[in-house]
Amino acid sequence: MPATDVLIHARGLAKSFGSATAVAGIDFDLHRAEAFGFLGPNGAGKSSTMRMIGCVSPPSGGELSILGLDPVADGPAIRARLGVVPQQDTLDVELTVRENLIIYGRYFGLPRGVIAERAARLLEFVQLADRAEDQVEPLSGGMKRRLTIARSLINEPEILLLDEPTTGLDPQARHAVWDRLYRLKQQGVTLVLTTHYMDEAEQLCDRLVVMDRGKIAAGGSPRDLIGRYSTPEVLELRFDPAGHQQAAEKLMDAPAERMEVLADRVLLYTRDGDAALTAVRGLGLEPLTSLVRRSTLEDVFLRLTGRRLED
Amino acid sequence: MVVSFAWRELRFWLTNYRRTWRGTIYSSVLNPVLFLGAMGLGLGTLVDAHRPSGLGGVRYLVFLAPGLLAASAMHTAMGESTYPVLGSVKWLKTYQAAAATPLRPRDIFHGHLLFTAMRLAMNCSIFVAVMAGFGAVGSPWVLAALPVAVLTGLAFAAPIEAYAITRDKDQSFSMLFRFVLIPLFLFSGTFFPVSQLPGWLRPVAYATPLWQGVALCRSLSLGTATVGPALGHVAYLALVAAAGIAAGQRTYRRRLYV
Repeated sequence: MPATDVLIHARGLAKSFGSATAVAGIDFDLHRAEAFGFLGPNGAGKSSTMRMIGCVSPPSGGELSILGLDPVADGPAIRARLGVVPQQDTLDVELTVRENLIIYGRYFGLPRGVIAERAARLLEFVQLADRAEDQVEPLSGGMKRRLTIARSLINEPEILLLDEPTTGLDPQARHAVWDRLYRLKQQGVTLVLTTHYMDEAEQLCDRLVVMDRGKIAAGGSPRDLIGRYSTPEVLELRFDPAGHQQAAEKLMDAPAERMEVLADRVLLYTRDGDAALTAVRGLGLEPLTSLVRRSTLEDVFLRLTGRRLED
Repeated sequence: MVVSFAWRELRFWLTNYRRTWRGTIYSSVLNPVLFLGAMGLGLGTLVDAHRPSGLGGVRYLVFLAPGLLAASAMHTAMGESTYPVLGSVKWLKTYQAAAATPLRPRDIFHGHLLFTAMRLAMNCSIFVAVMAGFGAVGSPWVLAALPVAVLTGLAFAAPIEAYAITRDKDQSFSMLFRFVLIPLFLFSGTFFPVSQLPGWLRPVAYATPLWQGVALCRSLSLGTATVGPALGHVAYLALVAAAGIAAGQRTYRRRLYV
């Protein structure tokens, strides 16, 4: 890919608050028209990274360039070309849905006619056109999120930053948000998102980095990462809690590439889950429940950090 | 660029204000009517019966009104620069929303201050109109007292906004009201001349921005202002406001760029 297509370039990027290190030196490049994700648990440094990219948090160390500009010196010029969906909604709940877009359009210095046209189009896009004149306060969490997304698009940004776009939403609302983000991606909008949901990362990201304790543990496409750090299949076994530990010890002899003993389950990583289950039974073990599934990014994270993503 | 960015933040406040302006107009009219009625006319009749020399030979109402004008500017400034700031950064997070756009923290601060100045101008104009209605104006120079009252308000609004942005809870505001606003209101020459205070306390009163505003508003309203002292008062108030603006540029940045 030609260098001009690198929209964000970071080397050794670091952020600390007093003696606490939030981001401990990370490298990444974001290319035009890709969907790039930061996957990691809470406190991994994802939001700090996003705030540095959003030019509202000066880096403590390392290099960062956004759209070829310096975030500290050229903040206003960069922000004029970014769209930001923060983790917590920052809508003005005392205004109407449409007024929120209009106010935001003015922040970007857009002419009145342009704002009106875009606001109408964006409300249509996020399926809130029928609520345009309603107050924001009584809207559901999912609607507020969609409105925040519409607002972030008012300046037709070159990069859209989404910090945990679906955290706190119910499954239906999450899917509605994903659907809109997927459409944006199809339209060629460059997306950068953070998430601690592996399904979100798998669905939306072309490429992602796994973050843990301020560092990047691994990076690549979801498929790459799963291929590199996990097996095609996983056998999940649940035993009687009283016999859980004993069973886990016996399973050392099972034909699996790797085993993870969680508090409530045992995971066997294997090429063939059904064959492994037969072998487990051959060892004289009878699990209460068993499930053969494909590997996910959750398994990658577990492998890389020894911990789970969502707790 | 600086002005146009601050202007965008002012537009934000104006859009919000469209919802509440009616209520604020009622209280802007009601407050001076109540105070001038009760203190100026009610208490004033008692005061005038004794023909006190400290008032410079004018009726108490005429003495009091310009002092109240400056004090009411302080009240308006306090109201606009405490809870609205904390609400914007902590509860609604509309400051953070603005900070994600081309606006810089100082633009957000300046925009809010512009809105405060506009509210001050509105309230002070209404106050002067009510003063005139009460016959509490001694000279047409009272019109010059209007910008002075606005400046007095800004001498409070700028430093208080600079302070409010550093807060996480609103308790500090009740301390501010109790230990700053009320004592200033009572002892800065609004209700009685500072010359009535014990000698050692007078310099303290002279040092407060409210006394500076009260003294100048009063001399303008009575038509007794002279150039030298007037410039001194204006310079003092402008200096306090400028210090507040310089402080706010730093505190807003520190709060919004973490």
